[in-house]
Amino acid sequence: AAMSRKGRKLLVDSLTRSAKHFTKSEVECLIKLFDTLVAKASSQFAGAGFDRTVFRDTLYNAFGMTDDVVLDRVFNTFDRDNTGCITVEEWVEGLAVLLRGTLEEKMKYCFAIYDLNGDGYISKEEMFQMLKHSLLIQPADEEPDEGVKDLVEIALKKMASTYLFVPFLLQDYDHDGKLSFTDFEKAVRDENLLLEAFGPCLPDIK
Amino acid sequence: IFSKASISLEDSESSSETDEDEQPVRRQEGSTDLSAEYWGIQKLAKYVKGGDPTATLIALCSMRDFNLSEETCQLAIKDTGCLEVLINLLDTEEIKCQTGSLKILKEISQNILIRHAIADLGGLEIMVKILDSPDNNLKCLAAETIANVARFKRARKTVRKHGGIKRLVELLESISVGSSYQAKDTETVRCAALALWSCSKSTKNKKAIRKAGGIPLLARWLKCSHANILIPIVGTLQECASEPSYRLAIRTEGMIENLVKNLSSEHEELQMHCASAIFKCAEDEEIRDLVRKHEGLQPLSALLDKSENKQLLAAVTGAIWKCAISRENVLKFQEYKTVETLVTLLTDQPEEVLINVIGALGECCQEEENRGTIRRSGGIAPMVTLLTATNPALLVNVNKAVGGCAMEPENMAIIDSLDGVRLLWSLLKNPNPDVQASAAWALCPCVENAKNSGEMVRSFVGGLELIVNLLKSKDKEVLTSVCAAIANIAKDQENLAVMTDHGVVPLLSKLANTNNNKLRRHLAEAIAHCCMWGSNRVAFGEAKAVAPLARYLKSKDPLVHRATAQALYQLSEDPNNCVIMHENGVVKLLLAMVGSTDDTLQEAAAGCIANIRRLALATEKAKYG
Repeated sequence: AAMSRKGRKLLVDSLTRSAKHFTKSEVECLIKLFDTLVAKASSQFAGAGFDRTVFRDTLYNAFGMTDDVVLDRVFNTFDRDNTGCITVEEWVEGLAVLLRGTLEEKMKYCFAIYDLNGDGYISKEEMFQMLKHSLLIQPADEEPDEGVKDLVEIALKKMASTYLFVPFLLQDYDHDGKLSFTDFEKAVRDENLLLEAFGPCLPDIK
Repeated sequence: IFSKASISLEDSESSSETDEDEQPVRRQEGSTDLSAEYWGIQKLAKYVKGGDPTATLIALCSMRDFNLSEETCQLAIKDTGCLEVLINLLDTEEIKCQTGSLKILKEISQNILIRHAIADLGGLEIMVKILDSPDNNLKCLAAETIANVARFKRARKTVRKHGGIKRLVELLESISVGSSYQAKDTETVRCAALALWSCSKSTKNKKAIRKAGGIPLLARWLKCSHANILIPIVGTLQECASEPSYRLAIRTEGMIENLVKNLSSEHEELQMHCASAIFKCAEDEEIRDLVRKHEGLQPLSALLDKSENKQLLAAVTGAIWKCAISRENVLKFQEYKTVETLVTLLTDQPEEVLINVIGALGECCQEEENRGTIRRSGGIAPMVTLLTATNPALLVNVNKAVGGCAMEPENMAIIDSLDGVRLLWSLLKNPNPDVQASAAWALCPCVENAKNSGEMVRSFVGGLELIVNLLKSKDKEVLTSVCAAIANIAKDQENLAVMTDHGVVPLLSKLANTNNNKLRRHLAEAIAHCCMWGSNRVAFGEAKAVAPLARYLKSKDPLVHRATAQALYQLSEDPNNCVIMHENGVVKLLLAMVGSTDDTLQEAAAGCIANIRRLALATEKAKYG
């Protein structure tokens, strides 16, 4: 969008503050990128932002993220006001977490991705959804879904039971077959590898 | 008196720990009841094998909830085929999966069977590659796991063959010591040092570390103050200190100062490794001096009070022993009353401590004052008791110490009353030549200083025959020491007669053709003393001992000259020997020695020449009337 120089400067300043993890020059670059993407996009939003499709392509090209389901969720996380359009603020602040977020910020982000219905819990069904394609080799005599269900149980035991370190006892802290953010947070603090437990949603820094 | 290191340094390993090179055997077979752990781990293994990285990670993290330090779990991972899967994961480029796998491998590689299995499955090569990873955490895990696996020889070789040593040394370089660095950087150094420590037990790896430029880095990190980095660094240095090139570097790079400083650390493990390093290095005189100059002798002496920690005590007593080889250090130890403390450690201590304690006392006996101190502290009796030990290394040291003490007549009386001389004598029968030789050396002062020495020696049934027969030994040190002993014993006429009956003359003569100066000296002394009975002088001549003796005069060693001159003087009482000496150009050689400042040599040389001349004159007269 065409903006006056002063307006642009104000924007850079304000975004640098709110995004917290980028320098001013980095923010400028991101804004430039944003403008490019908007120009490329269809003019559905009259230059205020870009849509889901452009977003998905960008993240794929930039970070190699391929999972459609995940990309969808990421878009929703970025699109805080649920307009279906990513504004420049949403863009810069979203990237700040994605690329440079602290553990706390990333945990919140990942949890939001995995909490498919946004009710503040990751339920067994949601886990099943996310893991159902994760088993590549299934033994012939088993129901295809049995393995996934089992894996879901294992994940639940692991993450909801971190208080007690007792394997094989179903110690779902909430006793209701779902993970609250507190459960998730504790599990990830104990074992950082579980941050993306239900699927990669952060860029791979290689 | 000789001194040999009591640690036998094998060709390829320097560690005194038992090495686990034979394929380990599983302990309990037979229980057909597979544990709950087995089924649980098998289930998780299924997801690791058959899942994508997401599923794999969930399974791997779950696996860590099992008690991985328990053998049942460790073996379950191996038996379910999960170990192969874990190692295969290492070979992927998925950092998270590699991390998850290594976290497990690090734990279970504490188990000897697992270690061997990991090596057999090619896990080490992959871990070495991971040392190049950009992910710091992964590097640390790989290094720590290598540290665990490299506890046996073949593994250490594998690490080296795949460039692991070089990479580990490079990891030590990541940051500089003094600058402000973060915890994660020191973590890399700590883990790399642990791996190097394990690997350094192999001789070839010690060389490889040096070639990769490891020594200045070890020196650099020696100056840091983190105990958890210092321990593996000093551990590595201590392991490598068996190599002269490392000892040189330890000397020249100022490492002794740091080692001494850390003797006062509050971490006993660190103290122990520092003392061990000093133990190994103090073979070198310069290092012994450096330890004294950096005031290391006092903390060493003070550490003798920590007698409950036996490993520490063994290291400290070892360091004291080797440092005591230098006289100035012995004098310093006297200030700290070290001898008195050492005497208290002669009883109720494990063997590895005793060997060093008594080694130290043996060195301290160089100083006359200490011989008295040992007696006054009640040290003689426990020493004599130790003469009944079976460990050869211990016996060698005990013999030296007893011999040292025996130089004081007052001590000798006690030794004799406790039957010490008989015990020493029976050690001449010990199959180990080092024990035999050290016993013979110790007998010299005993025979010299005992009251009624001749009678005492005769009282040992078969003793004289025994010692004369030792002249048939193939070991140079045994021969030398036995000659020295015989020289002393032969001062008693009766005993000399008995030895002659046992064939001492031909046996001594057979040894005459030697270039070894130490042997020459004591052999000549023995011959000189053995001449004083019956027709031994003639017998030596007939046994062709004279000509070789004449050659001894060409040596550069003044002690050899003195002993040889004495022998030749005695032999020259027999005219036939004079002829041989004359033919062998003895006169010219002895003439040069007549002007010596050594009185004994002077007299013997002069006396010998006089005898030869007298005979020549008499021969002339007989010829020409």
